[in-house]
Amino acid sequence: MKLKSRICAAPYLVWMVAFIVAPLLMVVYFAFTDGSGHFTWTNLSGLSQYAPVFVRSILLAAIATVICLVLAYPLSFMLSRLRASKQRIMLMLVMLPMWMNFLLRTYAWMTMLEKNGLINRFFGLFGIGPFNMINTQGAVVLGMVYNYLPYMILPLYTIMVKIDDSLIEAAEDLGAGMFYKVTKVLLPLSLPGITTGITMVFVPSISTFIISRMLGGGGNLLIGDLIELQFLGNSYNYNLGSAMSLVLMVVVLLCMSLTNQLDSETKEGGVF
Amino acid sequence: MRKPSALGRVYMVLIFSFMYVPIAVMAFFSFNASKSRSVFTGFTLSWYKNLFRDEMILSALGISLIIALVASVIATVLGTMASIGIHSMHKATRSVIMNISYMPVINPEIITGVSMMLLFVVAKTWMGGKIFGIPTLMIAHITFCVPYVIFNVSPKLRQMDVRMWEAALDLGCTPTQAFFKVVLPEIMPAVLSSFLICLTYSIDDFIISYFTSGTVQTLPIAIYSMTRKKVSPEINALSTIMFVVILSIILLINARDSRKPKAESLRN
Amino acid sequence: MENTIVALKDIVVDFDGEAVLTGLSLDIHDKEFVTLLGPSGCGKTTTLRVIGGFLEPKSGNVFFGGKDITHLPPYKRQVNTVFQKYALFPHLNVYENVAFGLRLRKVDEKELKTRVLEMLEMVGLHGFERRDPTTLSGGQQQRVAIARALVNHPKVLLLDEPLGALDLKLRKEMQTELKRIQQSLDITFIYVTHDQEEALTMSDTVVVMRGGQIQQIGTPVDIYNEPKNAYVADFIGESNILSGVMQRDFSVEFAGQEFTCVDKGFPKRALVDVVVRPEDIQVVPAIQGKLSGVVKNVIFKGVHYEIIVEQAGTLWKIHSTQSQRPGEIIGMNIGPDDIHIMNKMEG
Repeated sequence: MKLKSRICAAPYLVWMVAFIVAPLLMVVYFAFTDGSGHFTWTNLSGLSQYAPVFVRSILLAAIATVICLVLAYPLSFMLSRLRASKQRIMLMLVMLPMWMNFLLRTYAWMTMLEKNGLINRFFGLFGIGPFNMINTQGAVVLGMVYNYLPYMILPLYTIMVKIDDSLIEAAEDLGAGMFYKVTKVLLPLSLPGITTGITMVFVPSISTFIISRMLGGGGNLLIGDLIELQFLGNSYNYNLGSAMSLVLMVVVLLCMSLTNQLDSETKEGGVF
Repeated sequence: MRKPSALGRVYMVLIFSFMYVPIAVMAFFSFNASKSRSVFTGFTLSWYKNLFRDEMILSALGISLIIALVASVIATVLGTMASIGIHSMHKATRSVIMNISYMPVINPEIITGVSMMLLFVVAKTWMGGKIFGIPTLMIAHITFCVPYVIFNVSPKLRQMDVRMWEAALDLGCTPTQAFFKVVLPEIMPAVLSSFLICLTYSIDDFIISYFTSGTVQTLPIAIYSMTRKKVSPEINALSTIMFVVILSIILLINARDSRKPKAESLRN
Repeated sequence: MENTIVALKDIVVDFDGEAVLTGLSLDIHDKEFVTLLGPSGCGKTTTLRVIGGFLEPKSGNVFFGGKDITHLPPYKRQVNTVFQKYALFPHLNVYENVAFGLRLRKVDEKELKTRVLEMLEMVGLHGFERRDPTTLSGGQQQRVAIARALVNHPKVLLLDEPLGALDLKLRKEMQTELKRIQQSLDITFIYVTHDQEEALTMSDTVVVMRGGQIQQIGTPVDIYNEPKNAYVADFIGESNILSGVMQRDFSVEFAGQEFTCVDKGFPKRALVDVVVRPEDIQVVPAIQGKLSGVVKNVIFKGVHYEIIVEQAGTLWKIHSTQSQRPGEIIGMNIGPDDIHIMNKMEG
């Protein structure tokens, strides 16, 4: 009986090897070979000239992640303390923008941040500006925050809902003021949510190319832009692109294991 | 449960405004008589009419829907079968498979897209001919959807009482019969919700499709080219329509969910 | 001699390297209510599952009506099971749950309906056909499970601690029900439980198990009155177990005194286990007792008082309808018939 049911997984296993494992192996292969298939380190060593781009990507993604965390934390807490019926509506409101196509959401900011865009016109009413907002690093961070804020709110909310009021009241009872309540009770208990949220914001932020293209102009390239250029853009160098992808994967893995260290609890795979 | 303070309420309003103002602005300007994105000159529905006549958008929508449906069905079947098989495996094998399956979920989308593109490029040089397009899109979509099915159905399988399966056998079912008569009905909610998740992720996918579509356009890809070239408020109209559709679906689901408990109490 | 309907020969079962059954052989007689009795981990459920076909033994054979069914899957055996947690199908109503097995065998619709309704009537669930099983109480669910199994007219019904989750009163009612059903249907019931009182109440034959081995097989009366070893004696009913020495036939020394008993055939001066039931000890004034001790504790048990007495370093348990006062010194007498001698247990 057992044998028969194990066979059910066979089609998927074939698929998995062909379309998950093999492609990743391709990336490794291309990263370490040159155009004619010979082994080479030049792809990886050639990346050093792009170091500024890597640094910029990590920096901007980190800033965006921190901003998301700071913004989402109080919000998630407040949401978790609402009445149950209100919570459902609020959750819906949080998730609704997530369902909107992310290109359109980014495009919306593009139109608003332009020199003649809505925001500048608004400032113009008071005689201020116009400010140069689009095609800046700030615009890119704004785009990241806007697009990924819900991905920070949801995991935090999920964890905070499980933190019973009685825990906070117990802390109050024992004499804890706001500072201690947050640092000694709330923060440690919400840590799993924080690490999940960080992962869910940082990973897409560091690898985006849409946001940097639409809101950063050509002058604020991120890793994602570079990779895209190698594969579908003008640069057309699969080997270099694969090397970049490999480095990106390593960076992401490093960051994820760092955040997992923060959260020593073991988590089940998946956030669903 | 505590009511939020006044400051808290202001904060919430601010954050939600931040999230919705761009959407509202897009909607507002979808009715703009002129093409300006900042000055409202007059009310018109012409952009909506243009949208429904726009060949590119309509065909892209069609392709997105077809791929989403087919890919979701295949992914759901593949993933459900995989969950069953994985369920009976040794812990060691199971965790290896689960970890590999987790990769398309946790990897940046650009990596998944690029890696599949490389695979297809290599395959193309071996097999020759044109493969980029619907076939590659289909494969890519199935690939990133199946993990969600597995991660949704597997827990349901684990929760299921093993004795129910045994009871079915005890009463005369062959293993296959037992699966269809007892196991499948039990995991059906998870299977259905996985199917919906697949549909959603497939319709909405841009990055992975971008690298695996060749010259074919899915709706998000069409939207991308709109943002690059045309400056027409058609895009605003499209955005507003999509928002309304999504809002309706979510409201429908919520209405159905809140009615369910009443239905169950009526049954008794 | 009854017919043997199920026979197990030298069944060996391993779980993750640990031996659960180490060569178990057992004959089950047709139309009997047989109970496998023992503590958790003794292998009774494992044995049941081997009979049901859910577990293939590492070695050994299972026979049904003389035929070897060792490798036959459960859906081909004429055996049905009532599971501990009922395992009802939540997506089907009561009627469909009960009809499940009949539908598989493509029984004619009219006959199916008759049999299902009849069975529901028999278990006292008339009118429950359309109910959702998840809304039923534990006792009701249990009866659906029983109906679902019995409607298929199995030759043997396996029951895996079916009454464990029910409250005491309901459990006792169901025990009587099950016995009645078994007798009226005239089929074999193989019942698994750790509750010795339950076993004694319902069974024709009790099989006491421990550590994968059978300790004793017999009728409830036999097992209660003539436990083969200290383990069985301790498991069935309450006992006082002491070490003793057989001085000679019909005479045993324990608790510092010599007693007349009814056992013989032991080697001279053999070390033995002596078992005395708490209800068999007579409480008398201290001077009149062969043994005397101090009352340490008295617990009211409703039906009787449980009196704990310390006598020369041994703690005795006495069941009596008379209470005693803690701290008092009382005398204890034991008649020869009430002294059970058995060989010393190993291990």
